[in-house]
Parts: sequence; structure tokens; C-alpha cells
Amino acid sequence: MDVFIAIVQILDSTIRLSVPLLLACLAGLYSERAGVFDIGLEGKMLVGAFAGAAAASVFHSAFLGLGMAIVMSVAFALVHGFASITHRGNQIVSGVAINFVAAGSTIILGQAWFQQGGRTPALQPGERFEAITLPGAAAIHDVPIIGPIYSELLSGHSILVYLAFAMVPFTWWVLFRTRFGLRLRAVGENPAAVDTAGISVAWLRYRALICTGILTGIAGAYLSMVQNGGFVKDMTAGKGYIALAALIFAKWRPVNAMFACLLFGFLDAAAIRLQGSPLPLIGKVPVQFMQALPYVLTVILLAGFIGKAIPPRAGGVPYVKER
Amino acid sequence: MSTPYAKLPAWADYGLIPLINLSVAFIVAGFVVMLVGENPFRAAVILVEGAFGKGTGIAFTLFYATTFIFTGLSVAVAAHCGLFNIGTEGQAYIAGLGVGVVCLAFDSVLPWWLTFPLAIAAGAAVGALWALIPAYLQAKRGSHIVITTIMFNFIAASIMVYLLVGPLKPAASQAPQTRNFLAGAELPKLNWIIELFGAKIRSAPFNICFLLALVMAFLVWLLIWRTKLGYEMRTYGHSPKAARYAGISETRIILIAMMISGALAGMMTLNPVMGDQHNVAIDFVSGAGFVGIAVALMGRLHPVGIVLAAILFGMLYQGGAELAFEMPAISRDMIVIIQGLVILFAGALEHMFRPYVQALFASFSPRSVGIEAVKGKGA
Repeated sequence: MDVFIAIVQILDSTIRLSVPLLLACLAGLYSERAGVFDIGLEGKMLVGAFAGAAAASVFHSAFLGLGMAIVMSVAFALVHGFASITHRGNQIVSGVAINFVAAGSTIILGQAWFQQGGRTPALQPGERFEAITLPGAAAIHDVPIIGPIYSELLSGHSILVYLAFAMVPFTWWVLFRTRFGLRLRAVGENPAAVDTAGISVAWLRYRALICTGILTGIAGAYLSMVQNGGFVKDMTAGKGYIALAALIFAKWRPVNAMFACLLFGFLDAAAIRLQGSPLPLIGKVPVQFMQALPYVLTVILLAGFIGKAIPPRAGGVPYVKER
Repeated sequence: MSTPYAKLPAWADYGLIPLINLSVAFIVAGFVVMLVGENPFRAAVILVEGAFGKGTGIAFTLFYATTFIFTGLSVAVAAHCGLFNIGTEGQAYIAGLGVGVVCLAFDSVLPWWLTFPLAIAAGAAVGALWALIPAYLQAKRGSHIVITTIMFNFIAASIMVYLLVGPLKPAASQAPQTRNFLAGAELPKLNWIIELFGAKIRSAPFNICFLLALVMAFLVWLLIWRTKLGYEMRTYGHSPKAARYAGISETRIILIAMMISGALAGMMTLNPVMGDQHNVAIDFVSGAGFVGIAVALMGRLHPVGIVLAAILFGMLYQGGAELAFEMPAISRDMIVIIQGLVILFAGALEHMFRPYVQALFASFSPRSVGIEAVKGKGA
């Protein structure tokens, strides 16, 4: 029974840890499917996290915080669009730039406004998103097997967690069942064809980047307003890059993205849980090995040893109208 | 890929446009300073005085610049071959292993002038090997070098943390770093050069690596513009198709370019490890690899430009430290913003002002602009 409880607890923290990855990964999905590489997921998440926590603590409202997180993150996404779509700059260079501006400005502004060494004030109840208890969670708690699974694993998360997982089918529906999604995918494969059909490539890519900004904003807000009660400098700690890895691992597909993020989240949860304790058969595994595993797996995948990851064909190439 | 931008006179292309881009980056940074509630002009004065006002400041500025010359050259060599090596950070970090092992092994036996070449070789070799794997995957398996090098940064960090909290840490110590090196692995300082000009230096880690960096800058120039190999690299960078048609081996050129890039990144390690801290500590690279991206873009991938850009960033690092002391609201993270803005305006938005400048030139003298569109740099 203890083993079972331990497994439920690991899976529970897997869900918590994979939510920011999932949101950022889906964010990247929109822009990369539209042919715009986005190394700047990390920076946009960080900006979202800072803006969210700062606004929530100043205006005493979690939802205002979330709104601000989205607005600021979208603004950074638009800068990326301005550089890489309008001015046809190098998308990777632009993404790198955004990460630096985000990393620096969140610390500088945080220190200037709140004077707590780059932190925002600890968020009070009502300023963060509280856990939601699903109906009947308490009643069913003592039922063996189903009880813990329902009341520990599925219930007791914040609204953003459910939103993140709801975004998976929604993203699938948008990309594969709507006209916008069809065009978005087309612009990532063959922008000239989209242009010929009389649809603006630039505007379509901008809209994809706005979707990216919204989702990275929510991801950031989750970090600073759910997982942590406030903003801490560099709190994304490479999650944007893991999300990028997950996106490749998922071969740019929404449902695969969820499983990739759950896998990477599980590795993280297991690394935290197993710190120092030996595994059966293998013996003691260094924490650093578990932390490096998502990256190693992605490199192996990219090398084509586990299936082939084929990116959108027009990815990374600015569109120049023929004349 | 054709770039629909017209030609400009060389001095405008290599002087005016970068200057405009750089100025805009600093103006935007000035707005951030204002947003924090400080005077941007006073901040600029403190920054420049902190970097060049005293002998110690100059020595520190050049010490930081040394690091950035190596990483800037590393990024530039790969970029000439059309490869974006974002992994300079990780290549430098892991090279700390090579340099560290050499120093730990020989510091009690050999004098510094024998340890130094061994450490250069070890650092360069480890850096090159760490760049070789992504290069091989790019050349043979088509995996995107940007993504693999990012992944390798994290893998390098994990390995180094594992080694520095475990095997490389002296048993008695708590700090995650190797033992301090003995005199056999300490590089001589160059502070006396600045003191020749009459400046006083209290203590600064400005060391012989600076000369090595300048030599490397010259060798990179020689390689890129004066050798067959450099010609092949530039050809491949401009047009992989043309290179293939000319019979240049794609695999060979990618592997060589990335290994040189990695080796330069690895040599960066010598400066902080043997020149300053005299040990290998966690996170000793601390973002210098990423600064290299800004330096390479600002220097327009030319060694002379890179040395100048590296000195500018050295100035920002040293002056930024003084600034943080004088204006508590502005911490050293201000440099990170400036770095980002420079990458944004000198890199991603490098063509933003070109049409305006071009129109301006055309209105004065149409002939200076030329008629046909010419392939732009980079991108």
C-alpha cells in the first residue's frame, strides 16, 4: 500500500511539474507550426511569471495578475514577430535576444519596484490561484485504489492545471479542425502557396505568435502564482528549453506534446523523490543524470534513433514575397 | 536565400549601420534606467568611469574582454560556415574539465609555462570534442544544430555539477569546486603593461590569456580570409548548394568549423580558471558563451570587430559592477538587458534601418547605392 501511495504522490507531482512545460510546449507548437522558430519561450514565460506575480500583488487579484502575465508575454511575442516576420531577421537570434531582455528586466524592475532582491512580495490568499477540490473528493478518499487516485491525483489542483490539460484537445481541434489551423499549418510548410491563395503570411504568423504569447503568459503565471507564491529571479530555470525539447520529442503534435511533457515532468518528479535513495537493480542514480535525461533523450530522438522528428518545412525561414 | 536590400558603401555598411543599431540598443537601455527612476546620463558616466577611469578598472575591463574575445570568435567561426553555435557556453564549461585535470595533475610538477600549453591543448580538445557531437549529428543525421547545442549546454552543466560536487571536490571541502591550484598552474599577470602608462593597480586578474586571445583573433582572420579552408567555410555558409556543386564535402566542413568553434570556446576557460580563480568552480562560465553571441553579431563576425565589441562588453561588465555600487537600483543584471538589446538590434533587427539609410544615400548620390540588389550578410 505504501508503494501505491508513493506512486500516486509521484504522479501527482508529475502533473504539477509538467503543467508549465505543457503550456510552453503548446505555445511553441503554434509558432513553430506557423514556421517561426521560437527559442524565446523561456524569456516569455519569465516575463509572464514576473508580470503575473507583480500585478496580482499590487492589485490583489489573481485574475488581474493572469491578465497582465498574458499581456506582457504577448508583447514580447510581438517583438519577436516584429524582428523575425516584419524585418525578416534571424528567428533564433531574435529569440536569444528576448531571453536576455526578459532575464535582465524582470530582475531590474523587480528590484526597483519591490526592493526584495528581485523577488515580488509573497502572494496572499486571493492573490494566487487556489486548489480546487473536485466534487466528492473527500467522500471517496478512503475507498481503496480509486479513492487516492481521484482525491489526490485528479482533485486538488488549481484551475490553471485543468486549463493546461484542456488546451491539449483544444489545440488539436484548432490546428486540425478549423480553417485558421489549416492555414497556420500551411504557412509553416509552404508560405508561398498561402500567399498565392491571397492570405497574408505575415498576419497569419503574427496571430500564431499571439497564441504563443497567451500560452507562455499562462505558463509563467502558473509558475509564480500557483507553484510558488511569488516571483523569484530566473524562476523558469530552463523550463522553456525543456518545453522546446518536448516539442521536438512530440514531433510537433499536441497530444504527443502532452505525453512528452508528462514524461519530462515525471523524470523531474522522480529526480526530486529519489534524491540520494538507491533504486532497485540499478543502485544509486545521481540527480544530475535524471536532470540531464530529457536533453539526452531529445538529442537521441533528433539524431533519428527513435523515429524521425521532421520539423515544419518553412521553419526558421523568413518569408520574402516574390516580385 | 535572397535578401531584398540594396548595396551601401562599405563604410556605411560596416560602420554606420552597426553604429545606428548599437545607439538604438543603448537608447532603449536608457529608457529602462529611467523606468527604474535613475538618470541614464549619470549612469553612463559612472559606467565609463568605472571601466576606464582607474588602472584597476582598465585591467578588469580587459580581463573580461579576454573571455569575450574567445567566445565571440567561437560563435563567429561557426557563423561563417552558416552554423549557429549556441553551445559555446556548454563547450567552455565542459572544457573546464580538461583544463582542470591538467592543472590538478601538473601544477606541483611543472612551471606555468609548461602547464599553460598543455592546458590550452586540453581545453581546446575537450571543447572541440563537445562541439563535434552536435556537428556530426547535423552533418550526418540532419538534426538542427541550434537545438542540439542547446541540449548539450544543459548536459554539460549536469556533468560538471556532478563532477564538482562529487569526484573533483576535495573530501574535506564543502564548496562545489576543485582544490586551489598551486603556482605551477597560475598564469602571470599583465597588469604591469597598464602600469607602464602610469596607472596604479591594486589587484586585477588581467593575465597573459589576453595575448593568447589576440593571437587567436589574428589566426581566425588568417583562417577565414586567407586559407582554402576558410574559403570553403564561407562558401558553405553563403550557399550550401554552391559548396556542394564546387565539390566541398559538407560533412568535413561542418565538422571542422564546429570543432574550431568548440576549441575557441574551450580556450576561454583558461582565462577565469588559470588566470583568476585558480580552481574550477560551479558555473564559472556564467553566461560568457552567450555574451559571445552578442559580441560576434556586434563585431559583424570580423576578428577586429569582435575584439572591439569584446572590449565594449568588458567595459559593460566592469563598469556595470561600479554602477551597481553607485546606484543600488541598478544591479549588474542591467548588462543582461543591454546584451539582449544589442543582440536584438544588431542581430535580429540589423536590417531595420537599412531602407532608411539607403533612401538617404540615394537622395544624395544615387550611384553610391548601386542598382542591383546584393546578397546581405548573415541571416
